[in-house]
Amino acid sequence: MSSDLRYAMKCYAPVIYKGLSPCKPSAIKSAVLHSEQVQYVIRQLAKETGESSDIIQEAAMEILDEMGHSMQLGAVRFFAFTLSKIFKRLFQRVCVNEEGMQRLQQAIQEHPVVLLPSHRSYVDFLMLSYLLYTYDLALPVIAAGIDFLGMKIVGELLRRAGAFFMRRSFGGNRLYWAVFAEYVKTMLRNGYAPVEFFLEGTRSRTAKTLTPKFGLLSIVMEPFFKREVFDTYLVPISISYERILEESLYAYELLGVPKPKESTSGLLKARRILSDNFGTIHIYVGQPVSLRTLASGRINRCPYNLVPRHLPQKPSEDIQEFVSDVAYKMELLQIENMVLSPWVLAAAVLLQNLPAMDFELLIEKTLWLKGLTQTFGGFIEWPDNLCAKKAITSGLALHSNVVCLVDGHVVLNDKGAEGGAVGEIVFKRALAILMCGTYRNQLLNVFVRPSLVAVALQMTRSFRKEEVYSCFSFLRDVFSDEFIFFPGISLKDFEEGCFLLTKCDAIQTTQQEIYPTDKGSVVISFLSAMFRPFLEGYQLIFRYLSKEAKAAFTEKQFIPGVRNFVFQLLEKGNTQCYEALSSDIQKNALAALVQLGAVKKKKMTNGFTYSINQEAVNKILDMFDSRIPVQKPVAARL
Amino acid sequence: MHGKARQELLKWNGWGYNDSKFIFNKKGQAEFTGRRYRLGGMVLPTFKEWIEKTFGASLEHKSTSRASLNVNDVPPSVVNEEFLRDLIATKISYSQDAEDRVFRGHGHCLHEIFALREGIFRRIPDIVVWPVCHEDVVKIVELACKHSLCIIPFGGGTSVSSALECPEEEKRTIVSLDTSQMNRILWIDEKNLTACVEAGIVGQDLEKQLAESGFCTGHEPDSMEFSSLGGWVATRASGMKKNIYGNIEDLVIHIKMVTPRGIVEKNCQVPRMSTGPDIHHFIMGSEGTLGVVTEVTIKIRPVPEYQKYGSVVFPNFERGVACLREVAKQRCAPASIRLVDNAQFQFGHALKPQVASIFTSFLDGLKKFYITKFKGFDPNVLCVATLLFEGDREKVLQHEKQVYDIATKFGGLAAGEDNGQRGYMLTFVIAYLRDLGLDYYIIGESFETSVPWDRVLDLCRNVKERIARECKEKGVQFAPFSTCRVTQTYDAGACVYFYFAFNYRGISDPIHVYEQIERAAREEILANGGSLSHHHGVGKLRKRWMKESISDVGLGMLRSVKEYVDPNNIFGNKNLL
Repeated sequence: MSSDLRYAMKCYAPVIYKGLSPCKPSAIKSAVLHSEQVQYVIRQLAKETGESSDIIQEAAMEILDEMGHSMQLGAVRFFAFTLSKIFKRLFQRVCVNEEGMQRLQQAIQEHPVVLLPSHRSYVDFLMLSYLLYTYDLALPVIAAGIDFLGMKIVGELLRRAGAFFMRRSFGGNRLYWAVFAEYVKTMLRNGYAPVEFFLEGTRSRTAKTLTPKFGLLSIVMEPFFKREVFDTYLVPISISYERILEESLYAYELLGVPKPKESTSGLLKARRILSDNFGTIHIYVGQPVSLRTLASGRINRCPYNLVPRHLPQKPSEDIQEFVSDVAYKMELLQIENMVLSPWVLAAAVLLQNLPAMDFELLIEKTLWLKGLTQTFGGFIEWPDNLCAKKAITSGLALHSNVVCLVDGHVVLNDKGAEGGAVGEIVFKRALAILMCGTYRNQLLNVFVRPSLVAVALQMTRSFRKEEVYSCFSFLRDVFSDEFIFFPGISLKDFEEGCFLLTKCDAIQTTQQEIYPTDKGSVVISFLSAMFRPFLEGYQLIFRYLSKEAKAAFTEKQFIPGVRNFVFQLLEKGNTQCYEALSSDIQKNALAALVQLGAVKKKKMTNGFTYSINQEAVNKILDMFDSRIPVQKPVAARL
Repeated sequence: MHGKARQELLKWNGWGYNDSKFIFNKKGQAEFTGRRYRLGGMVLPTFKEWIEKTFGASLEHKSTSRASLNVNDVPPSVVNEEFLRDLIATKISYSQDAEDRVFRGHGHCLHEIFALREGIFRRIPDIVVWPVCHEDVVKIVELACKHSLCIIPFGGGTSVSSALECPEEEKRTIVSLDTSQMNRILWIDEKNLTACVEAGIVGQDLEKQLAESGFCTGHEPDSMEFSSLGGWVATRASGMKKNIYGNIEDLVIHIKMVTPRGIVEKNCQVPRMSTGPDIHHFIMGSEGTLGVVTEVTIKIRPVPEYQKYGSVVFPNFERGVACLREVAKQRCAPASIRLVDNAQFQFGHALKPQVASIFTSFLDGLKKFYITKFKGFDPNVLCVATLLFEGDREKVLQHEKQVYDIATKFGGLAAGEDNGQRGYMLTFVIAYLRDLGLDYYIIGESFETSVPWDRVLDLCRNVKERIARECKEKGVQFAPFSTCRVTQTYDAGACVYFYFAFNYRGISDPIHVYEQIERAAREEILANGGSLSHHHGVGKLRKRWMKESISDVGLGMLRSVKEYVDPNNIFGNKNLL
């Protein structure tokens, strides 16, 4: 107790940006309100709407009050105290790469810094602030979703700890956009504090990195484009959890049981969680990436020189492309540095061997997968060089809500499902599989390139490189919302995939052809089995769209429709693809069709409407149907 | 007035007069020699320490220039006999002497001076000609067309854009057309306040001679001791006192230029005319690519009754810039107003001569105490504006008050006439400093730009930061000296002037490194919304950015003028385009 208190009251004198002109949060708000940028938009709106500019100015002030942080050391100390208590109960350990923290400390003094953590849990930003406080670094101001404000006291406390709040969507509201953008830029420009936000936009419910959002990123890049700052550091941060706090919440949500609104009482209920154990957290602070270096030679400076800098300006096409490239690059860096636990490997093996797997075999295969993962560049943390058995046993113990050991066999923990109705069995089972999938998912982006080559090899049943590549390229396009690919480098990705497969002796390549080696078939079939839920899932969803769906529908109609469709197939035993129940896959598959031009997306007053191009959907479905081999019911191929 | 053999008066391998230079005397103290400048013969006690501290330089490590030109290194003069015969027939004076030719084969870029001190030029003019009037120039250009020669006009030789360098691949005979003997004031028209002057006249001579009749042009570029009227026109020069007198484009009433197509001029000498695009604007800034400017009618003014210097200390550069912006906004800028940053303030401080009396030193101490201790200015942050007022005594005093009142609003404190005057004197002397630096492994140069007001601070900060970063990357051991000043104010922006120098010990190819860094600095300027040049011009040094600066079509417009006026590229110095 006293140590937590001492920690909270420690002398806190963080290093700061060399160009910092210190000021209070209220001064920042006033600077934002009176900035040319915001004043310009206020005048414009006044002219267009006929409203008096005083009223609009007041509205702007309200937005600022709603949004702005009011960081106070007292609140920070309070948080430090409570968090240190809570974290100690929840987690066994928090591991940080020290040299990353040192690099960050250096970076904070040199240029404005943008922290870009991965987003798997609400714990992310609390933990990060806690960490920076511990290392005597400037606390970041954090872009948090406005839903937090619903949590009465906690919202206010978060605000005082440095969070600022943004509405989830404000595309149409020019005043909000202007005020928000200027607020972020002001803090960045004068180096007030590192700005932190999540590229993924929201917590990934699947632990699989979400495709990046570009809005905030382009805001924080703008001061550099306009040369209001010399440079900006982007720092990718990978936070991985041995066990994710919200895992079951996510699984319910993915299956369509609505997510509880954030409320203080909800958080109190979460206290139940406090008695649980969530294992270790790994935080890897990546190398700060200089925006200036990234932009060198890429940005045409003319557009920024010919318009006054305070006028809102739609970014040019090459800027938009650049922003998108940077976003993907940062996410790929997050993925590269994401620590993978033994349990992640075990989950990936287990999911290919349901419903039950011999414990010894699980250990053997997990070890085998460990080698493969390392070959592919995965960053594995094997605790204290524990022997495999102990590591996996402790993983099983930590995840006893998902799996358990029965008579030397590892089985899914779908207790209570046996006796229930068919529907209930399916639901419970899906829940367990999705939770288990959350861990396997952490491997996917490391494995996706070689795996899609493996899948393409199987699908084409050909050795001709050209054909395999064209199939790979098709899959890459289809899964562009599902996995993270750097835009426009399909061939490079293919070559990397081939290279990694060659590295693990799974294939041999010549100028024209690709051959699986004899021992490679194990790797190839493991890899394609790993991604089969996605192939089959998409196949089911496409089939739904091709046969069952109406010609035009809204997203609200689509999700329950496809869910019912898949549910019925599962009930009848016509498919084993439980993961197709996940709304995440469903949305991604739909987005893929939109991108491939098979579905048209139109913005209506009440959300989006989709209309299907039957022919195009059928064509894509054919690609899948003709080429995906039917899965044997229980295929313990390994 | 200069003779033909300029090297007798001016340095052959550095800036300015032979008798004026910085040296370290026997006591190891810095001293400025000669009697031409106010600083002449004075000892600068703190300068040595400043150099050592700023550059990490040591007086023990010298890199001396060779003592004189090695005539054997000089490329031979290749001149066609027939041309020589025709030239002799015109009775125009000429020379094929190696020293004469080398002297006219370069300007004052760092790499040019460095080449003089340590290396060679691969290509220099083959022959120097000295026309004495417009007609002589017509004859020379005719001969050049007849014999297919290349002419490079030469005025004062103060170019800092590689404009005078001979293109290495030029196979034709290169004729350096030295305008220095065309230096007469042809007439003065007191009714219209204009004077017609031959283009070879050097700035200080022009002012001296006009002053005899009670007039001046008021055009005072920092190079005015050596640069010529024709050169000003050819580069779009800017003068220190442009706030009263205007830049060269505001001063010029009429230009006569000899081109391979013939003579271009206007039919009248009027303040303004609406006859299509102004042909003067094809000539001004043409950098010797179209022809030779021979005669210029320029505006003159009565010599002002009263001049007063002044200076203001600001707590920081930001406040200083804000004050200059306000002065520009109220359109009350004095003849000159300049703001130097802290590094340049300290630099100027290091050039303070030994004070003669205890009393002045006491006063200085008191001033310093007042500003730093009493007013709380940080000596490592504060910056100084220097001012020059000109006109009727009464109006000057009124004007002065107006400007100081504005300065006060921005936290400025008046810091005396003397500091102001010293500031302006230093601009003339500073050019001599590079030669001293070169003796101690320090290379440096100045460059300039113009920029909208709202970007001045960002540009200054980013360019300095870029320089620091590039130096580090290129292996420069000691942090570079980079400093800037806002030298001109306009309604819509300002001119910013940078000095940049570093200690190159340990670097094998310092000139290359220097050029890379300078190029990076220019890239940075352009990225910050600054111009390619405010008054130095483009020459060959900054050609690569022309397309970006004025667009493809813009460049095509200039090219088509060149093609019409000089289809055979007689004026083949390859500047600008």
